[in-house]
Amino acid sequence: MAHRNGLKPVQRALRIAAALLSSQYAYMLEYRAEIALWALSGVLPLIMLAVWQGSAGAAAAGLNPQGLGRYFLAAFVVRQFSVVWLIHVFEEDALQGKLSPQLLQPLQPLWRYLAAHVAEQATRVPFVALMLAAVLVLKPGLLWLPSAGQLLLGIVAIQAAFVLRFLLQTLVAMLCFWSERAAALDRLLLIPYLFLSGLVAPLESFPPAVRRLAECTPFPAMVSFPAKLLAGESVDVAGGFLNLALWCAVLFPLSRLLWQAGVRRYSAMGA
Amino acid sequence: MAQRLRRYGRTLLSFWATSLEAELEYQLNLVIELLAVLGNLAGSLFVLVLLAGPSGQLGGWSWNSALVVLGIYTLLDGFTSCVLQPNLSKIVSHVQNGTLDFVLLKPIDSQFWLSTRSFSPWGLPGVIAGLALIGWALVHNGEALSAGGMALAVALLVAGGLILYSLWFLLAGLSIWFVKVWNATEVLRYTLVAGRYPISAYPPALRLVFTLVLPVAFLTTVPAEALLGRASAAWALGSLAAAAISLVGTRLFWQFALRHYTSASS
Repeated sequence: MAHRNGLKPVQRALRIAAALLSSQYAYMLEYRAEIALWALSGVLPLIMLAVWQGSAGAAAAGLNPQGLGRYFLAAFVVRQFSVVWLIHVFEEDALQGKLSPQLLQPLQPLWRYLAAHVAEQATRVPFVALMLAAVLVLKPGLLWLPSAGQLLLGIVAIQAAFVLRFLLQTLVAMLCFWSERAAALDRLLLIPYLFLSGLVAPLESFPPAVRRLAECTPFPAMVSFPAKLLAGESVDVAGGFLNLALWCAVLFPLSRLLWQAGVRRYSAMGA
Repeated sequence: MAQRLRRYGRTLLSFWATSLEAELEYQLNLVIELLAVLGNLAGSLFVLVLLAGPSGQLGGWSWNSALVVLGIYTLLDGFTSCVLQPNLSKIVSHVQNGTLDFVLLKPIDSQFWLSTRSFSPWGLPGVIAGLALIGWALVHNGEALSAGGMALAVALLVAGGLILYSLWFLLAGLSIWFVKVWNATEVLRYTLVAGRYPISAYPPALRLVFTLVLPVAFLTTVPAEALLGRASAAWALGSLAAAAISLVGTRLFWQFALRHYTSASS
C-alpha cells in the first residue's frame, strides 16, 4: 500500500514522523504555560538534595556533598525529560470514544501519543534550562560540565529510560479497555518508581539486600543509570544499556498483545 | 446567626452524604487507595531510615519525633485527598464551562459551596494512617502531654489545615483570570512534599523559604513540636496568626476575583 503513491516505507515513516512531531509541537507550544507549571512540579529531586546534604545518612553511606549535588541535579534533568502522562490522556480518549476516529487511520494510535510526549519534552527545554540556571545562581558550587561523550550517552540513556517508562505505562493504559479507572492503578506503579529508581535516594545509600532487590526491577534503569552517566560517576555503560534494552524487549511484545486484545474488546462509549 | 450556622451544617451533611453515595460505586478504589497509602508510607519510612543513618537523627530531631512530622504530613495529605482536591480542582472547569454562573446563583455562599461540595472517602486511609503513626511515635517517645499542650497541638494542626486550604483556594481561584494554570495546585502538592521532614533538616536559606513563602513549617513542623510538648510561644502565635490572615485573605481574594469574573461567553 505504501508503494502506491511512490514512497518507500522508510520515506513514508519519516514523513509521518515529521508531520506528527511538528503538529504536536505546535499544539504543545499553545499550552506552554501549563507545561511550565508541570516542569515546576518536578522539583522533588532538588528538595531531596537539600535534605540529603545536611543528613547524617549521607556521610554514613560514603556520599560526599559534591557527588550528591551532581547526582540529584542530574536526576532532576532525567525526571524532567522522562515524564509519561499517557494513561491520563488515553483513559479520557477511551472513555469518551475519541479513540474511535484514530482507529480508522492507517497508523497505530500509540505513535500519536508518543509524538505528543516527545513534543512536550521539546517544549520543556527552556523551562528546565531556566530552573537549572536559577539553582546554579543560588549554588554555583554545583556547576559541572559533563564531557561531550558523557552528555551524548546521558541523552541517549534518558531517551531510552523514557521509552521504557512509556512502554510500562502503555501496559497499564491498556487496562482502560477493561476498567473505567485504570489511571488509579498507575498511582500504584508510581510508588516503586518513586522509591526504587533513585529519585529520592541514591542507590548507594540502600542496604545491600534492598539494593539487589531494586536492581532486579526496571526502576533503577529509569533514573539512577542515566543520572549517574550525566553526573560523570563510574557506571557500567554497556551493562546499563543492555538492561534497558532487555526490559524494553520484554515489555514491547506484551504491550502489543494487550493492545490487540483490548481493541477487540473496545466498543467505544455507551456500548 | 445560629440559624444560619444550622442551615450550613445541614447543607454540608447532605453534600457529603450524596458524594459518599456516588463514590462508593467504585469500591475497587478502596483497595487501591489502601495499597497506595501503605506503599507510600513504607517508602517514606525507608527513606527516613536512610537519611537518619546510624545516628538515628534528622536535623537534630530524634527518630520518634521525626516520625511525628511524617505522620502529620500523611494526615494532611489525606485531608487534601478528602476535601481539597475533589472540590478546589473543579473550580477551573466551572470557569471554563461557564457553570460557575449556576453556583453564583445559588442561595448559599459561593466560596462555601465550591470548597465543600464534594467529599472523597479515598483520602480517609491516609488520615487514619497519619493518626496511627502520630500516636505510635508519641507513645514511643515516652513523654506524656498535658491537656493544655494537647489543646494547643490540636489548634495548631487545625491552623495548619486552614493554611493549606487557603493556599489551595488561592491557586485554584487564580483560574478566574488564567484558565491555563489549572495544574498550579499540582505544583503545590509536589512542593509540599518538603513537609515530610522537620524544617531544621533543610539548609538555612530554604528554611526561610519554607516558612515565609511556602509555609511548610507551619503545616507539619510547628504542630509536631506542640505534640512533642516543646512548642515555642513565638512559633505557635505565628502559626495561628498566619492561619487567621490567610483565611481572611481567601475571603477578600474571592470577593475581588468575583468582581473580575465575566462568565464564559463574555
